[in-house]
Amino acid sequence: MGKYGPLLLLFALVFSLMHLSASDTPDVKVPLGLPVVTYPENNPQTPAKIALGEKLFNDKRFSVNSEVSCATCHDPKKAFTDSPLKVSEGINKLTGTRNAPTVINSIYFNTMFWDGRSPDLEDQALHPFVNPVEMGLKDHQPILNVIKSDADYTKAFSEVFGKSGDEVTMKEVTQAIAAFERTIIAGDTPFDRFFYGGEADALTEQQKKGFDLFVNEGRCVSCHVIEQTQAVFTDNRFHNVGVGINDIQQEVPDLAAEYIKADLTAEEVDVKVLSDKRSSELGRFALTTEFDDLGSFKTPTLRNIAVTAPYMHDGSLATLRDVVVHYNNGGVTVEGNPVNDFLSGGIRPLNLTDEEIDALVAFMEALTSPEFAPMAQETGKK
Amino acid sequence: MKTTEISRRNFLKQMGALTAVSTMPLSLVELSFADSAKNFTFAYISDAHIQHISGTKFVRNWDRGLIRAVAETNLLQPKPDFVVFGGDLAQLGTKAELDHGAEMLSKLDYKTYCVLGEHDYYLDLGAYWSELFGDHYYSWDHKGVHFVVLNSILTYDEWTHERWPTAEQRMLEMAGLDNPNGSPFMVGEKQREWLQKDLEKVSKDTPVVLFSHSPIQKIYKGWNFWTEDAEQVQAMLKPFKDATVIYGHVHQIQYNQIDNISFHAVMATAWPWPYPESYAQANSNLPKLTVPMNRADPFFERDATGWQFIDLKTGRVTMDYNLYSNTNRRVAYNPEKGRPEDTQFQDESKRIPPQKHF
Repeated sequence: MGKYGPLLLLFALVFSLMHLSASDTPDVKVPLGLPVVTYPENNPQTPAKIALGEKLFNDKRFSVNSEVSCATCHDPKKAFTDSPLKVSEGINKLTGTRNAPTVINSIYFNTMFWDGRSPDLEDQALHPFVNPVEMGLKDHQPILNVIKSDADYTKAFSEVFGKSGDEVTMKEVTQAIAAFERTIIAGDTPFDRFFYGGEADALTEQQKKGFDLFVNEGRCVSCHVIEQTQAVFTDNRFHNVGVGINDIQQEVPDLAAEYIKADLTAEEVDVKVLSDKRSSELGRFALTTEFDDLGSFKTPTLRNIAVTAPYMHDGSLATLRDVVVHYNNGGVTVEGNPVNDFLSGGIRPLNLTDEEIDALVAFMEALTSPEFAPMAQETGKK
Repeated sequence: MKTTEISRRNFLKQMGALTAVSTMPLSLVELSFADSAKNFTFAYISDAHIQHISGTKFVRNWDRGLIRAVAETNLLQPKPDFVVFGGDLAQLGTKAELDHGAEMLSKLDYKTYCVLGEHDYYLDLGAYWSELFGDHYYSWDHKGVHFVVLNSILTYDEWTHERWPTAEQRMLEMAGLDNPNGSPFMVGEKQREWLQKDLEKVSKDTPVVLFSHSPIQKIYKGWNFWTEDAEQVQAMLKPFKDATVIYGHVHQIQYNQIDNISFHAVMATAWPWPYPESYAQANSNLPKLTVPMNRADPFFERDATGWQFIDLKTGRVTMDYNLYSNTNRRVAYNPEKGRPEDTQFQDESKRIPPQKHF
């Protein structure tokens, strides 16, 4: 089964439990520490659909040179990221501007992409295919052509959706991909066993201290939410934490004016922000042109964070310690550098000691699910 | 595009034809009626409460609020004609605080008019503030509108000049809330006489917009949401067809209509005052028309603070509140009802229920 056997087992478990339930909103037993899962009414989970989605997810023929699939940047062997790349590599080694977020637990996200420009997993799946620096297609038709001409796909789409030939559209394609992605959930970390499972010794003393800092002086929990019965470690909101925009402060007035005047659609934003680093640093503002969104990005989950380095929307921070130091400095990576004018009101200097910073990092290393623990060992992180 | 929050653009689209023609800060809607040459906008920043700790240290939170409001105001498209700063630049009226605040305001790309607040005044009775910003009360005309700035935070001479052993104590006494040693704000006879003369020159169909720090209406005396001679000032505005009073001091959204006079409060960049529904066990005494702010999130220090973008079309104020980590709001004159109203949340059924407990 190889070293990712446990991961596959988990999928199989979730999958089989779903299969047992006959109701429209199946009562899936989720791993310790995760919220209940719900599925969109118009895209119910079925085993055949999930299998089809996985095949599509891994199919490189959906890129212009047949080199890139969804899994290229969301690699199961790398906790569904492309770690250790800073920013993702698409066709012909073209690079974008943003660090690939993990697919794990994305079922719990309210919006997709770092700037939330996509409302759900179905919509999200549409965009990388046609982004010039990702999979590079001009439009989605080549995907439908491949599907039409492939006997396995023809059979699967017919079984899952009762559609074949030209009846198959990107709606069905993205629904299948999303259904697969919704099976990729992972909890049951040392933290979960400690906090929700009552295992007093699941965390080390240092990690327990880190947990205390996480919910108190570190102020982490206000965005990376932990609740009494579950933790997704995100508030699903957008914040300017002083990454990226700090580097383009002088250019904000011109760039902002440009975006306000252009009033772009989400599709146009998708292309523009991945091809132009300066635009990327405007964050969610590029989409909404709301001042409150200037330089703001979605709070990422911290589950399995120890195995998905580097960090932040641009991959600019190499280690978890660098991240904590950035927050400890009050939203600047190098202490003493100027804070950006639009910094989120939640970010302020924390005055943590080196020891406390280490404890916070140790705590985040306790957020790795067992199926990804081998990767942590590989990279030297527990 | 599906987002959980209403963007300005979508908000605009939902406003309907009549209000959509007014100029939203981030849209380029053409005005389809009125004398478009005379339509203009201005921004309003208020209550920064810059607070000196010691040496080069100031309270970071208040600094960030003013810095952010200034930076965002500079990004407005189309550009506003000018900016008003609505008072309480400083916390305890010191040179250090006023200098630090003035430096931040100097980054504004626009002409800036300043209003005097009690926190700027009661240490040296506005002496240093005058060196930086000029007169305590004045007026000007702009594109057919007559603007007046009043110093509304004066009080009885005895309280100001005779009661306190030191200027510092006088400042602290006036800064206190629910303080039995406090004294009600007033415009005073001298300024009222000046205002009378100033307004005599203005034709009665010219829109008049008056800026003051305290409300020129009586809301709550314990916190000096109050001007003792408000009625006398109102009487001078009554002959005008359109009169508007915009005031700071209260750190929250308020609006009211008294006869022909529309009243609008502006947000602070420093901190919000508590909101009636989530805070007060007693009656809040806010104007009945006012929709309370939703509760602030204490983690996000900017939540429930903000600044304003004001569209003055056909002499009436449309106030856009730019609110952080919150839903932006717009209060505009409703000609049918003859008073300002929240354009989205006035109907109780359309409000976002406030969080009243944790």
